[in-house]
Formats: sequence, structure tokens, C-alpha cells
Amino acid sequence: MSAIFILAGLPGDHRVLQPAGPQGANIEWLYWVVFWILLVVYVLVVLGFTHAGKRAYTPARGILPIIKDRSGDRRAAWVVGIAVTLTVLTLFAVLFMTVITGKKVEGLTSKNPITIQVIGHQWWWEVIYPNSQPDQTVTTANEIHLPVGKPVVILTNSADVIHSFWAPNVNGKRDLLPGYSSAFWMQVDQPGTYHGQCAEFCGLQHAHMGFSIVAESEDQFRAWKEQQLKPAPEPSSPGAGHGREVFLTHACVMCHTIRGTDAGSRMGPDLTHLASRNMIAAETLPNTRGALAGWIIDPQRIKPGNHMAPNLLEPGDLEDLLTYLETLQ
Amino acid sequence: MAISEPIIAAPAHRDQQLSRTWGQPPGFWGWFKNVHHTAIGIRYMVTSFIFFLLGGVLAGILRWQLARPENNAVGPDLYNQIFTVHGSTMIFLFAVPMMFQGFGVYLVPLICGARNIAFPRLNAFSYYIYLVGGLLLWGGLLLNTGADAGWFSYVPLSGPEFTAGKRSDIWAQMITFTEVSALAVAICIATTILRHRAPGMTLNRMPIILWEKLTIAIAVIFAMPAVMVVSSMLLMDRTINTQFFNPSVGGDVLLYQHLFWFFGHPEVYIIFLPGTAIISTLVPVFSRRHIFGYVPIVTSVVATGFLGFSVWVHHMFATGLPQMSESFFTAASLMIVIPTATQFYCWMATIWHGRLQFKLPMLWVFGFFFVFLIGGLSGVMLASVPLDWQVHDTFFIVAHFHYVLIGGALFPMFAGLYFWIPKFTGRMMDDHLGRIHFWLFFVGFNLTFFTMHFLGLRGMPRRVYTYTPEMHWGTLNLLSSVGVLFMTAGVLVFLVNFFRSKRYGKLAGADPWGAGTLEWATSSPPPAYNFLELPTVNGREALWDAEPNQPIVGGIREDIPEMLVTNSLDSEPQYKEEMPGPSIWPFLTSIAVSIAFIWSIFSPWGIAYGAIPVTIALIGWLWPRGKSPTPRYDNPRMEKSWNG
Amino acid sequence: MLLLLGAMILTGCKREERDLRPSPPASVTINTAQVSGLNPGANSVPPPPPPNIYEESAYSVSEGKRLYDQYNCVGCHAHGGGGIGPPLMDNNWIYGSEPQNIFATIIQGRPNGMPSFRNRIPEYQAWEIVAYVRSLSGLLPSDVAPAHNDELYMKPSEQSMPKQTPTGVTGQPEKSQ
Repeated sequence: MSAIFILAGLPGDHRVLQPAGPQGANIEWLYWVVFWILLVVYVLVVLGFTHAGKRAYTPARGILPIIKDRSGDRRAAWVVGIAVTLTVLTLFAVLFMTVITGKKVEGLTSKNPITIQVIGHQWWWEVIYPNSQPDQTVTTANEIHLPVGKPVVILTNSADVIHSFWAPNVNGKRDLLPGYSSAFWMQVDQPGTYHGQCAEFCGLQHAHMGFSIVAESEDQFRAWKEQQLKPAPEPSSPGAGHGREVFLTHACVMCHTIRGTDAGSRMGPDLTHLASRNMIAAETLPNTRGALAGWIIDPQRIKPGNHMAPNLLEPGDLEDLLTYLETLQ
Repeated sequence: MAISEPIIAAPAHRDQQLSRTWGQPPGFWGWFKNVHHTAIGIRYMVTSFIFFLLGGVLAGILRWQLARPENNAVGPDLYNQIFTVHGSTMIFLFAVPMMFQGFGVYLVPLICGARNIAFPRLNAFSYYIYLVGGLLLWGGLLLNTGADAGWFSYVPLSGPEFTAGKRSDIWAQMITFTEVSALAVAICIATTILRHRAPGMTLNRMPIILWEKLTIAIAVIFAMPAVMVVSSMLLMDRTINTQFFNPSVGGDVLLYQHLFWFFGHPEVYIIFLPGTAIISTLVPVFSRRHIFGYVPIVTSVVATGFLGFSVWVHHMFATGLPQMSESFFTAASLMIVIPTATQFYCWMATIWHGRLQFKLPMLWVFGFFFVFLIGGLSGVMLASVPLDWQVHDTFFIVAHFHYVLIGGALFPMFAGLYFWIPKFTGRMMDDHLGRIHFWLFFVGFNLTFFTMHFLGLRGMPRRVYTYTPEMHWGTLNLLSSVGVLFMTAGVLVFLVNFFRSKRYGKLAGADPWGAGTLEWATSSPPPAYNFLELPTVNGREALWDAEPNQPIVGGIREDIPEMLVTNSLDSEPQYKEEMPGPSIWPFLTSIAVSIAFIWSIFSPWGIAYGAIPVTIALIGWLWPRGKSPTPRYDNPRMEKSWNG
Repeated sequence: MLLLLGAMILTGCKREERDLRPSPPASVTINTAQVSGLNPGANSVPPPPPPNIYEESAYSVSEGKRLYDQYNCVGCHAHGGGGIGPPLMDNNWIYGSEPQNIFATIIQGRPNGMPSFRNRIPEYQAWEIVAYVRSLSGLLPSDVAPAHNDELYMKPSEQSMPKQTPTGVTGQPEKSQ
């Protein structure tokens, strides 16, 4: 059982137990309280069985006569009765703490939260910051920015199958069900980037459907949002200009939007600010030139079965396309 | 003749007569006509164990793929089929058929003191149907049509838009086959327990294993229809344009989850309660005393079966249902811990005040105590909604359910196998090899599944075919995969032990353990007619509580398959009934039903046209038999007693 | 009984193929597309068209359905009923109903408004769309054709569509045999 401590100490983060927000913290508190209670219970029961075994053990072989003397049973009845009562009380305690924690976690609410709409697709996350004015609506993919310390409500929906939105450092998970839209509140108090992943089996690339939550200061968040609202800049170099032409004349334009160009398809993630993201392909690859090249040429190698087809591009076209995509800050 | 003495040698002419009446008819077709419960029970146990091995092989492949980050041993499509078929095999083709159907069909009539199970032809039919269902699922896997949407096959992923081909349809019909089989066995077992118990075995004296089988039978009767309905709805959505789960026209994806889990949660108790019954049977034998707390344990068993129907939403806590209703299910899920805890304390008290002989089955019983308890306690964590919100659908859940299913069913199963295989085969298993098996399996199991708790807490979701190295999940996954090697070694040791002892093991005799229930009152293996003299019962452990001159049942004919029917509560004899003898109709009906169900996967007309052979087969099955003529005997006194 | 089981599932071998990185049939096949209803010889019997391998795989056809939706074929052709573009679920094929004809229609475009998707839709995806389009008029066996989508449109699913026998390459009724 010392193995437990060794295993727990291996490098890596127990994200559930490293909360970055109040809800995660409440759940973590509940986890530890319940864990210690259950550990005590386990140890007591194990000791009970071990002691019972030792006490009653006989090395005698063969078939022994049946014990007819049941005098110990009356005392045992009391002990069992007390044990059952203690069990019931313990369970009530757990129930009580659960309901309290649940209320605290669900109780996060605000009069003017940041509203984010998350729509699950196979196998990426469409992230929209809705606004009554369409030109103030941010549409991005897989990366959610929010300011620290402010309540955020996520309106969930799914475009196809059931997904589940889960950032363990922040809060529990909420399923994205087609036909249902539920409001899921969260708040992050510590700045940083927090990994999230789809937690409901959704098909071939469920394993590679990640997202990240970037919690930053109010100013940084506002700056990010301003930037995201801008359309794509005009290409500054002839290479980038040719790259945009490649984008618009090949398969890319059939699936992706780049605001500021003619590309307006909603089938795949919005790429208007692709270069501002930390990772691509739903948190599968780092957003570097090489990874992007590999992804564009053969996404089926990296995420077999996902909905992006291989693109056979001439090397010059690919280079220019990458140059253009790098300008999409 | 007192039943407290083992009956080994029966007078030759009676043995011959009874064997002719109750045994398997000769010839090749005799195997297909056999309706005796011991034969069917052995078939269930062997077949389900083979499926266990196959499911284990799949698990090995899964762990191999997950041992390293970004491994490419198995691609996502095959991985999805493998984990789906692994889960479906273990639950539908192994756990229920072994724990409930296998042990139940074999042991229940013996423990009741009867010659056969009620509705013997229905029982035989249930086995063939189960076999076809298993072959259907595995045939699918081997032909790239394996179900691939998870063992619970949620819509819309398994629905018409997102799963092309016949994969989900094969899954749905496999469900139909296995659930019809379980329902049939439930009816047989419930009737046997209620109406065919030995005289004197009042409800208050019924062995706990019979209480458990009765509870499970009723749970099956209420739960299985839910999954049959939901799998049929899925099949209909996929083949005949119904819209049950299409939200845009009024359908609902959550409907699927509610219906499925209304079955799914009782299902896991259908798997777990037989485990507890095995424990309740073995602990008294190896503590050399009656079980402590018979009434609390029986109440707990029945309560668990009942409460199992009230907790299904705890599988859906993350769906965004109203918090008030989710809290209700937290309360119910915590409440269901109480009966199980009661059973634990009663077992502890039994051992405490007994004389513990730590024979091989008892080693597995203690393994159950230590392993299941971890799973049960992690279940308490999961009952709590906020905690479940974090760890639902992660490897924490995988760890939890393997601890409760392997700890709660597999460890008792091995305990039961080591305990009862001497009865099935007549020879003892090797003790030393059995202990090696235990320790290999125990170490491997904990290594594989304990690490998964940490993986869940680290954020690793379920059903992923790979993960990136940046997650730092690699070491734990590797350790987890190494554990599989130990478990495999343990199971191989068991197989070696089994085959060797079948040939060379020490002869067991009627009652090698000094146990108290009625299956030990006859030879090992039992003859085709179970008991030469039908016993009566005087207490909760029939053999221990028997009077020196415990009466036997007389007046039952031996030239036709006749059984005594008794009252449900007091087991007073009521009348004698002629049971159906060996018959080919269960097999033929199973073929007809299989044709209809399999055809319906490919065309809805399968049900319509397939109904024709089914009708013909059922007509053959149900064709009335006349009553057998009363025999004439030279001895007038005999004749009077037979006809009196 | 096992043979029956085997037989029924074996027919599904091709149906269940899922090639996640397919290489398309050689483009030479579209150069042999037949665009005239006339064939040399007294009885003018046309040779059988080369098959579209994607029509045998249920996954490919369902991918074709997804792409038909996502590449906005629906915008002009609706879900087979037509609108700006001609209907695709009837038996009237202006430019021919054989797979190569439909492929050519998609890749080359057609006069009167069908855009050319050359370079925009990868060839293997075009073949998948071809397979789906043929299923719209019931030309594919029902175990390969897709069932209904989880959407709101009231038409028979492709699986249950009765077969609309194509009226030949040029849309003129076939000469009676």
C-alpha cells in the first residue's frame, strides 16, 4: 500500500486536485473529506476481517464439526447493529456534505457574466462569444479565453453526437447533448492555461478532442477579444498573398472561414486568428509551422477518421500558405 | 434412509430406471434434446468462461495499445470495436450468464432438492439463444462489423446518422438474444425456487443463495425489458425510419440514457448479488457454523435488488439534469450501501465466532472482502454528485467498476468454482496451484486497476485510443498494462489446474467440504436424476440441521419425469407434476427465432417472414402431450402407494 | 445455423469497410464516361459501367451524405428534391446516372449552373458524394444506403427509397427492350 504514495508521487498533475477556481476548490475539499472518511472505514473493515480471521483460524484439516454454541451471537448482534448505525450516520454525513458542496458549485451565478457558447463537433470545439450585435460576436475554436475572477456561463450545445466539456482544474463536466442547451457556470481565479478534454465517447477521434482555457487578466482578455473581432489583415508580402490565393482556390475554402476574405464555410473551425492559438487540431499539435504543415498535408495520419481530408499541395504552395496562415494573428 | 449420510451407490435397477427417465437421450441428437439442468448449467458455465477468456484477450489488446503515448498498435476504428466488444462480452456474455444463469441453472434445483429445473425446455432454449447472441457479436467483430459505440451504445453516436453499416444493429440484436435468454432463465429459476423446494424448506429456512437467485430473477424480469425496448428502439430508428431519438422532430437523446440505465444499474446488481450469495454460502462452510444474521442478510439481499431500481440516474449526473433530482439519486445511491455494509458485518461476525479453515475457496472470499470494498467505497465517492462531475467518464470510473465487478463477481466466481468444481466433475482442484492463481491475479488486478484511479484524477477520460506524451499519463498506463500480464498468468494457471484435476485430481466424494446445502447430499458429479431419494429439510443448513431420521419424499414416479410441486411459503407438498422430457423443440425454436432476429438486422421483413418458422416451432413445442398412463405393478402394495 | 449466420454477415464484408485514408480510383475512369445514349451495333447494348467501389461501403456512403450536407449541395439540390438545381431523387438524369457521369458533373461542373469543384473537393470525397447521390434515388442496396439523419426533413430515408430506374444517359426514356 506504500505503492499508493509512490504512484501518487509520479510526475504529472492530478488536475482534479489542483483547482484553479472556486468550484474546483469546493469539489477538491469534498474529495479529501470523503477520501479520509472512506480510508478510515476501509482500514477498520480490513482490520476487522483480519482480526476475525486470525482469531477464528484453525490449522486443523479435514471436516470439523459444526459449532452449535451461538452464545457469542448476542454480543455480535449489538456490534453489528452499532456498525450499521455508524454506517448510516456516515452516509448521512456524506450526503449532507455532498448537497452543500453541490449547492456551492451550482450556486455560482452573476447578473452579468461573460457568456460563451460552446458547440461540440466531431472532433473540435466551436467557441462563440455571443453578442446582440453580430459584428461584436467572437467566433473561434478550441481555445477559450476568460478573465480571472469573473463568473462565466457556458451555454452548451452539440452539432452532432454527445460530447462532454471537462476542464478538470476548473470544474466538473457537463455533457453537450444535441437538442439540449444547458447553462454551465465556471470561474477561474488563477491565471494560466488549463487543459480540457472531451469526456463522452464521440467517435473515432474522441481521444484527440481537447481544448484549453486561458485565464488572464481583465486587460489581456479585453485585448484578446478586440483582436479576435478584427477581420484577417491583408497579406503584407507576396508570399502571403499567394498563400491566400492557395487557400481560396483549394479545398481549404470549402470548410473554413477567414473573415476578411471570401471564405465563409462553417463546416470546420474558424481560422481568422489561427496564429493566435497555442495549439491546433483540438489541442493535439503545437501551433508551429512544421506541425501545421504536417496537419494540412495529411490530417488523417494524425487524427485518422477526422473530417479533414488530405491536401496534396505543391511545396511552393504549401510554404506560401503557411506564411499566410502565420499572419492570421 | 437418512439424508445426512452421503448417498453414493444407488441400487442398480433404480439408478438405471431414473437415468433413463432423466438423462440425456443417446446419439448425436441427444445432446440437442437434453433438457436436464445440470447439462445446461455446465454449458452455460463453459461457454461463458470461454467468452471471459475472449473478453480478456480484448482487454489485453486495449492495455497494449494504451501502454505508451501515441502508440499505433491498434487504430481508432479497431480500438473502438475492441473496447465495445470487450465491455459487451464481459457484461452480457460472461457476467450474467456465469453468475446468474450458469451457477443458477446448475445449483438451484439441487439446492432446492428437486430433480430438475422448472420449465426445462425453456431453460434449454435459453442456452441456445444465448449462444447465438454471443456468436453474433463476435462474428461481427471478426468481420469488421463489431459494435463500436461503447457497451452502452449511446445515441446519437450509435444512431442512423453516425454509425454506418450494421454495427449498432448487431449490437442491438445481441442484446435481444441475451436478454431473452436471461428472462427465460429468470422464469425457470423463480418458479423452481417458489414451487419446487424440498418439503420443510420454508422461506425462513431457504438458503441465502436461493433468496438471492429469486431476487435476481425478479430483477431480471423487471430490468431486461427496458434494455430490450431501448435496443429495439435503436434498431427501429436505424432500419425503419422511426424518430425516437431524433431531437429535431421531437425525439430525445436522454430518453435512451434513462431507459438504458434503468436496466443498466439493476444489471450490475444482477452481476454482484450472485457474488454475495456465493460468499454467504461459503463463509458458513469454512467457519463451521450457521451464518450470523440470516434475517438481516436476506433482507439486505432483497433490499439491494429492490433499491437497485432507484439509482439509475447516477450514471447521468453530468447531463445537466436539475440538481434537486440529482440529489435524490445521491441519497438513493448512498442508501444502497447500507444493505451491502450489513452483509459485510454479518460475514465478519460469522467468521469471528467461527472456526476458520483457510481452505482455497476462502482465500478468494477474503480477496473479495479486500478488493470489492475498495470499489464499494469509491462508489460512495461517485454517488456524490459534485465528485462524480469531476470523475465521471474517466479512468476513475473504469477503476471503480472493475473493482466492484471483478472484486464483487469474479473473485466470488473463482471462490465458487474452486468450491463447486469438485461437485461438477467429481475431482478436487489442486490447492497449491489455486493459491498461485490467486496471488498472481490479486497482484495483477490491483496493479492494473488501482493505477487507474490516479489516471482519472489526472484528467484521462475513458474510451480514448491514445493520449499525448505531454499529459504525463504514460508511466501509470504502462504500470497498468504490466498488471495484465500477471492476471493472464493467473488465469492460465487456473486453466492448467482445471484440466489437470479433471483427469488426475483427488476424488471428491459427495461432500468434501462438510457443507450444509442439499447439492452436497448426492454424489459428485450428481447423477442425471440428482437425488436417489428426494430429501426434506429441517433447518437453514439442510445437512447440518437434518434429524437422524430425516424423512425422504416418496410416491414420485420414476418411470416418467415427475416432480413434486410445493407451496411457495411453507413448501408443503401440493401435487405431483409430470415434467417435459428430452425434446428437440427448444433447439429448433432457437433456430427459428435466430433466423427471425438476424434477418431483421438486414431487413424489417425479417420479423414478418421469420415469424412463420417461429410459429411452426412453437406449435411443435407446445403440442399437448397426453398424460402418461398409470403403471401397473405386480406388487399391490406398491401400486397403492403410487396411485395413492 | 452457423452457416446462415456466416453467410449473412459475410455479405457485409465490403459494406463494413472503412478506409480512413483512401486513394481514389484512377481518373482515367472518368474519361470513359458515356454521355451519349447511342452505342454501335444493331442492338445498341451499352457495356456495363465500371463500378464505384465506394458504393459498396456503408461508411463511404454515409460520408458522402455528410459531405453533401456540409459542402452545401443542399443549397441548390435540397435533400434530393431540387430547387435551383435539378432534383436528384427522381429517375431523370440529364447528364447520365453512371458513377463516372456524376463524378464528372461534380468535378467539371455543367452548363446551366453546376459549379466545378475541381481542386476544391478531393477526388475520393467526390466519389463518396457520387455514391450518396445515387442512393438518393434508391439505386444502392438498402443495407449500404444510409438511414435518416437526426434532422428535420420529411422524406423517405435513402435506405427505404424505392428504386428509381434511371432513364438513360441523356434523360430521354429508354427504348423499350
